[in-house]
Amino acid sequence: MSQYVLRRLLIAVPSLLGISLVLFIVLALAPGDPFSELATNPNVPPEVAAALRAKFGLDDPIHIRYLRWLAAMAQGDWGFSFVSRMDVDTLILQRLPATLYVIGSAQILALLIAIPVGVYAATRPYSIFDQIANTFAFIGFSLPTFFTGLLFILIFSVTLDWLPFVYSGDIKATGFRWLFEQIRQAIMPVMVLGLFQAASMTRFVRSAMLDVIRLDYVTTARAKGLGQAKVIVKHAMRNAMIPVVTLIALQMPAVFGGAIVTEQIFRIPGIGSLLISSILSNDTPVVMAVTFVFACLVVLFNLIADILYGWLDPRISFR
Amino acid sequence: MAPLLEIKGLKTHFATDDGILQAVDGVDIALNKGETLCVVGESGCGKTVTAMSILKLIAMPPGRIVEGRIMFEGRDLVPLSSRELDDIRAKDIGFIFQEPMTSLNPVLTVGEQVAESLRRHEGLSQKDALARTVEMFKLVQIPNAQARVHDYPHQFSGGMRQRVMIAMALACKPKLVIADEPTTALDVTIQAQILDLLQDMKERFGMAVMLITHAMGVVAETAQRVVVMYAGKVVEEADVESLFESPRHPYTQGLIRSIPRIDLDSKQKTRLEAIGGSVPILINPAPGCRFAPRCRHAFARCAEQEPVLREVAPGHRMACHLGDTQGVTS
Repeated sequence: MSQYVLRRLLIAVPSLLGISLVLFIVLALAPGDPFSELATNPNVPPEVAAALRAKFGLDDPIHIRYLRWLAAMAQGDWGFSFVSRMDVDTLILQRLPATLYVIGSAQILALLIAIPVGVYAATRPYSIFDQIANTFAFIGFSLPTFFTGLLFILIFSVTLDWLPFVYSGDIKATGFRWLFEQIRQAIMPVMVLGLFQAASMTRFVRSAMLDVIRLDYVTTARAKGLGQAKVIVKHAMRNAMIPVVTLIALQMPAVFGGAIVTEQIFRIPGIGSLLISSILSNDTPVVMAVTFVFACLVVLFNLIADILYGWLDPRISFR
Repeated sequence: MAPLLEIKGLKTHFATDDGILQAVDGVDIALNKGETLCVVGESGCGKTVTAMSILKLIAMPPGRIVEGRIMFEGRDLVPLSSRELDDIRAKDIGFIFQEPMTSLNPVLTVGEQVAESLRRHEGLSQKDALARTVEMFKLVQIPNAQARVHDYPHQFSGGMRQRVMIAMALACKPKLVIADEPTTALDVTIQAQILDLLQDMKERFGMAVMLITHAMGVVAETAQRVVVMYAGKVVEEADVESLFESPRHPYTQGLIRSIPRIDLDSKQKTRLEAIGGSVPILINPAPGCRFAPRCRHAFARCAEQEPVLREVAPGHRMACHLGDTQGVTS
């Protein structure tokens, strides 16, 4: 098992290298770099700008620049943000907790809704409950998060004035008050992201359960007189969760993409909004680092999914 | 003595897109304590649905028990809810399914799958249930039982899995075991072993066995009494000797003729006979005898009037107009 995890981590190294190479090339080909502003700034003489570019090696061939970035990265030097005037790694570490908090809570909310609703709907296909759940699921994943986000702000912040619509990174309170505010300001972004995720996940869970519930071993379990609840939870659900884990892992990139939009709407100081502002201000080292962190997270979640398979399905052995 | 199980006028229908499928249409079967009864018929004749109806294991909806009574130890099972039946399932009536490859849950150990039924019905602790499971595994001759209870179904061969299924069905020592084609999916050599094992277990526990099969060879080897089903109805019922010696219904005769013979010498050998045609689709079936379109003896009355089961010899009943002098209208 630990050997399996180690090997999977080693396999992740070449794929992360590949990802970083692609990211680097795309960013190098994109117009603009941290010093392009200097060229248009009349206070900076052109020869000074050129000297700076030469000093930081921006005019070197792309492969040299990539290798230099890689070497620095390997030594833990993530670069320097010219816009924020601080190291990229401190900047990211400052922003990451908010993102993980919101995304994590949203995923938990999505699972808490999708699993019971999907399972219950599958045990009574085409019942009134199933029809209502399906209708809400279709509405849920048809509405983009930037629309539901604005709708929520309009209803809960502007009209009802229940919740704050700007997420604050540093709440001026301590103890329970701090916790309360932290939860209160996260409600809307978590709901928007979580409900969107829950909608499609409910459909996955329902169809996975429907596939399993008709299988012979479920009939065997019923013939043992275990009772409906035990048959569903112990015999059907565990089997149905195997494909659902795959789908959740495959959805992770989309979840991060959705988080970028949601962070922007609710002004959450997470790495999603950091990415947007860095792109707009040509802060290449930050863009590079944030996209690379996203890539690492996606690889990590796929590894977690693979380990979960082995736990759910004894036919898969860690070799 | 009242029979252990008595099915009377059972009708199980399924709602399909094309109409109501009358899978089981008025079946009477009685089974005494300690008796082995074979239910024979080709695929789609309703034998599995009849068996599954007893414990309501059919999918409902679309399935529905429309009519009839299923008396088990003097108690009608038809009006019981699934929750009430849970006390009878596995405890009083054990079930062995056709496909050992798919009838075991792939993500649970085989030991757990047997033990959970013991915990449910006998109130045993985790540890005692597992100990009893090991005992059952030894009884059904699974080698190295102590270790194998912790294995998963995919680590077993088909024959071994069927032994696990038998251990599961017998764990709570039921009064009746329903075995739905328990050997169909197995190799011929394994088939004989499994049938022997069933016979063995039956003698040891003194339970009644309802064996569903389409193989006449299995019938001859195991049954005391035989019920022949065709298109959702019972067409003939007799003890095993009289059924093989003097089959009365043309369908039964056809079934027996279609058994390959190796006891004849080469001069006597003829082409193996088959019953032409196939089982009718049971949505809006035509009136009259359902076997008539495939019957070589069919005459005018067969298409008009449905034959009813009548006694042709003591303990031998069949549903055919042939040789019936009563009730002829013309």
